[in-house]
Amino acid sequence: MKLGRVIGRVVCTQKMDCFEGLKLLLVQPVDETGKDAGGALVAFDTARAGEGDLVFFEAGKEAAQANPNGWFNPADAAIIGIVDAVTGAGNTASGAHRT
Amino acid sequence: MMLARVVANVVSTEKHPHYKGQKILVVQPVDPDGKPRGKSLLAVDGVQAGIGDLVLVVDEGGSARAVIGDESAVTIRTAICGIVDRVDLEDGRGAP
Repeated sequence: MKLGRVIGRVVCTQKMDCFEGLKLLLVQPVDETGKDAGGALVAFDTARAGEGDLVFFEAGKEAAQANPNGWFNPADAAIIGIVDAVTGAGNTASGAHRT
Repeated sequence: MMLARVVANVVSTEKHPHYKGQKILVVQPVDPDGKPRGKSLLAVDGVQAGIGDLVLVVDEGGSARAVIGDESAVTIRTAICGIVDRVDLEDGRGAP
Protein backbone atom coordinates (compact mmCIF):
# COMPACT_ATOMS: atom_id res chain seq x y z
CA MET A 1 0.00 0.00 0.00
CA LYS A 2 1.03 3.57 -0.57
CA LEU A 3 -0.26 6.99 0.35
CA GLY A 4 -1.62 9.23 -2.38
CA ARG A 5 -3.57 12.40 -3.04
CA VAL A 6 -6.53 12.32 -5.42
CA ILE A 7 -5.81 15.03 -7.98
CA GLY A 8 -8.42 14.34 -10.62
CA ARG A 9 -10.96 12.11 -12.18
CA VAL A 10 -10.70 10.00 -15.32
CA VAL A 11 -13.80 9.46 -17.41
CA CYS A 12 -13.92 6.59 -19.92
CA THR A 13 -17.01 5.74 -21.92
CA GLN A 14 -15.45 2.97 -23.96
CA LYS A 15 -13.91 0.48 -21.55
CA MET A 16 -13.82 -3.17 -20.60
CA ASP A 17 -17.02 -4.54 -19.06
CA CYS A 18 -15.15 -5.34 -15.85
CA PHE A 19 -14.61 -1.60 -15.28
CA GLU A 20 -18.31 -0.81 -15.66
CA GLY A 21 -19.58 1.32 -12.78
CA LEU A 22 -16.14 1.95 -11.30
CA LYS A 23 -14.90 5.44 -10.55
CA LEU A 24 -11.44 6.04 -11.98
CA LEU A 25 -9.36 8.61 -10.13
CA LEU A 26 -5.99 10.17 -10.81
CA VAL A 27 -3.73 9.63 -7.80
CA GLN A 28 -0.46 11.39 -7.02
CA PRO A 29 1.61 9.18 -4.69
CA VAL A 30 2.90 11.08 -1.65
CA ASP A 31 5.10 10.22 1.31
CA GLU A 32 4.08 10.41 4.97
CA THR A 33 4.84 14.14 5.05
CA GLY A 34 2.61 14.88 2.06
CA LYS A 35 5.44 15.39 -0.45
CA ASP A 36 5.04 13.99 -3.96
CA ALA A 37 6.68 10.59 -4.41
CA GLY A 38 6.76 9.53 -8.05
CA GLY A 39 4.42 9.99 -10.98
CA ALA A 40 0.63 10.08 -10.93
CA LEU A 41 -1.36 6.97 -11.77
CA VAL A 42 -4.96 5.95 -12.37
CA ALA A 43 -6.69 3.85 -9.74
CA PHE A 44 -10.28 2.70 -9.36
CA ASP A 45 -12.06 3.63 -6.16
CA THR A 46 -13.51 1.35 -3.49
CA ALA A 47 -13.72 3.90 -0.67
CA ARG A 48 -15.88 6.73 -2.02
CA ALA A 49 -12.88 9.00 -2.36
CA GLY A 50 -12.98 12.34 -4.13
CA GLU A 51 -10.71 15.04 -5.41
CA GLY A 52 -8.33 16.39 -2.75
CA ASP A 53 -8.64 13.36 -0.47
CA LEU A 54 -5.56 11.78 1.03
CA VAL A 55 -5.99 8.05 0.36
CA PHE A 56 -4.11 4.79 0.51
CA PHE A 57 -4.05 2.54 -2.49
CA GLU A 58 -2.97 -0.98 -3.31
CA ALA A 59 -1.01 -1.81 -6.46
CA GLY A 60 -0.48 -5.11 -8.24
CA LYS A 61 -2.76 -8.11 -8.36
CA GLU A 62 -4.27 -7.37 -4.97
CA ALA A 63 -5.83 -4.26 -6.54
CA ALA A 64 -7.72 -6.37 -9.07
CA GLN A 65 -9.13 -8.43 -6.20
CA ALA A 66 -10.88 -5.32 -4.88
CA ASN A 67 -12.90 -4.95 -8.07
CA PRO A 68 -16.56 -5.64 -7.19
CA ASN A 69 -17.14 -6.93 -10.75
CA GLY A 70 -14.96 -9.97 -10.15
CA TRP A 71 -11.32 -10.80 -9.59
CA PHE A 72 -10.34 -11.54 -13.22
CA ASN A 73 -9.67 -8.04 -14.50
CA PRO A 74 -6.66 -5.98 -15.56
CA ALA A 75 -6.78 -3.31 -12.81
CA ASP A 76 -3.39 -2.66 -11.22
CA ALA A 77 -4.24 0.04 -8.69
CA ALA A 78 -7.18 0.44 -6.33
CA ILE A 79 -7.98 3.06 -3.73
CA ILE A 80 -8.57 1.08 -0.54
CA GLY A 81 -9.23 3.75 2.06
CA ILE A 82 -9.44 7.44 2.87
CA VAL A 83 -6.83 8.69 5.32
CA ASP A 84 -8.09 10.82 8.20
CA ALA A 85 -4.62 11.50 9.59
CA VAL A 86 -1.02 10.34 9.48
CA THR A 87 0.49 10.73 12.94
CA GLY A 88 3.98 10.47 14.32
CA ALA A 89 5.96 11.52 11.26
CA GLY A 90 6.89 15.04 12.27
CA ASN A 91 5.43 17.33 9.64
CA THR A 92 2.68 14.88 8.76
CA ALA A 93 0.21 14.68 5.93
CA SER A 94 -3.43 15.18 6.76
CA GLY A 95 -6.66 14.33 5.04
CA ALA A 96 -8.58 17.06 3.27
CA HIS A 97 -11.79 18.31 4.79
CA ARG A 98 -14.53 16.88 2.66
CA THR A 99 -17.53 18.92 1.72
CA MET B 1 11.03 -9.93 3.57
CA MET B 2 12.67 -6.58 4.07
CA LEU B 3 13.95 -4.55 6.96
CA ALA B 4 12.06 -1.32 7.63
CA ARG B 5 11.56 1.32 10.27
CA VAL B 6 8.05 2.28 11.42
CA VAL B 7 7.72 6.04 10.91
CA ALA B 8 4.02 6.88 11.30
CA ASN B 9 0.49 5.70 12.03
CA VAL B 10 -2.31 5.94 9.49
CA VAL B 11 -5.81 6.70 10.75
CA SER B 12 -8.60 5.78 8.37
CA THR B 13 -12.34 5.44 8.91
CA GLU B 14 -13.61 4.90 5.37
CA LYS B 15 -11.83 1.85 3.96
CA HIS B 16 -12.24 -1.48 2.23
CA PRO B 17 -13.88 -4.12 4.48
CA HIS B 18 -10.75 -6.30 4.34
CA TYR B 19 -8.89 -3.59 6.29
CA LYS B 20 -11.47 -3.14 9.04
CA GLY B 21 -9.86 -3.57 12.46
CA GLN B 22 -6.34 -3.61 11.03
CA LYS B 23 -3.66 -1.24 12.26
CA ILE B 24 -1.92 0.44 9.33
CA LEU B 25 1.60 1.85 9.70
CA VAL B 26 3.94 3.76 7.41
CA VAL B 27 7.25 1.91 7.11
CA GLN B 28 10.49 3.18 5.60
CA PRO B 29 12.67 0.41 4.15
CA VAL B 30 16.21 0.51 5.52
CA ASP B 31 19.49 -1.22 4.66
CA PRO B 32 21.17 -3.52 7.21
CA ASP B 33 22.92 -0.49 8.73
CA GLY B 34 19.58 1.15 9.40
CA LYS B 35 19.95 3.81 6.70
CA PRO B 36 16.74 4.66 4.75
CA ARG B 37 16.56 3.05 1.31
CA GLY B 38 13.87 3.84 -1.26
CA LYS B 39 10.33 5.08 -0.75
CA SER B 40 8.13 4.49 2.28
CA LEU B 41 5.06 2.27 2.05
CA LEU B 42 2.07 1.24 4.14
CA ALA B 43 1.78 -2.09 5.91
CA VAL B 44 -0.82 -3.85 8.01
CA ASP B 45 0.55 -4.67 11.45
CA GLY B 46 0.51 -8.27 12.64
CA VAL B 47 2.85 -7.99 15.62
CA GLN B 48 1.86 -4.88 17.62
CA ALA B 49 4.69 -2.78 16.25
CA GLY B 50 4.98 0.93 16.98
CA ILE B 51 6.71 4.06 15.75
CA GLY B 52 10.50 3.74 15.84
CA ASP B 53 10.54 -0.06 15.74
CA LEU B 54 12.77 -1.88 13.26
CA VAL B 55 10.50 -4.45 11.66
CA LEU B 56 10.30 -7.25 9.11
CA VAL B 57 7.91 -6.49 6.27
CA VAL B 58 6.48 -8.85 3.66
CA ASP B 59 5.31 -7.32 0.37
CA GLU B 60 3.48 -10.28 -1.15
CA GLY B 61 -0.21 -11.03 -0.90
CA GLY B 62 -0.13 -14.65 0.26
CA SER B 63 2.45 -13.87 2.93
CA ALA B 64 0.55 -10.82 4.14
CA ARG B 65 -2.66 -12.79 4.50
CA ALA B 66 -0.82 -15.44 6.48
CA VAL B 67 0.45 -12.72 8.82
CA ILE B 68 -3.00 -11.42 9.62
CA GLY B 69 -4.50 -14.94 9.62
CA ASP B 70 -7.29 -14.18 7.17
CA GLU B 71 -7.05 -15.99 3.83
CA SER B 72 -10.11 -14.19 2.52
CA ALA B 73 -8.56 -10.72 2.78
CA VAL B 74 -7.38 -10.88 -0.82
CA THR B 75 -6.74 -7.17 -1.27
CA ILE B 76 -4.05 -7.04 1.42
CA ARG B 77 -0.48 -7.26 0.12
CA THR B 78 1.91 -5.74 2.66
CA ALA B 79 2.23 -6.69 6.33
CA ILE B 80 4.60 -6.43 9.27
CA CYS B 81 5.50 -9.92 10.46
CA GLY B 82 8.20 -9.29 13.07
CA ILE B 83 9.93 -6.78 15.31
CA VAL B 84 13.71 -6.93 14.89
CA ASP B 85 15.75 -6.93 18.09
CA ARG B 86 19.04 -6.46 16.30
CA VAL B 87 20.93 -7.20 13.10
CA ASP B 88 24.39 -8.74 13.38
CA LEU B 89 26.74 -8.22 10.45
CA GLU B 90 30.08 -9.91 9.87
CA ASP B 91 32.03 -6.69 10.31
CA GLY B 92 30.27 -5.66 13.50
CA ARG B 93 27.93 -3.13 11.90
CA GLY B 94 24.17 -3.58 11.88
CA ALA B 95 20.99 -1.76 12.73
CA PRO B 96 20.17 -1.61 16.44
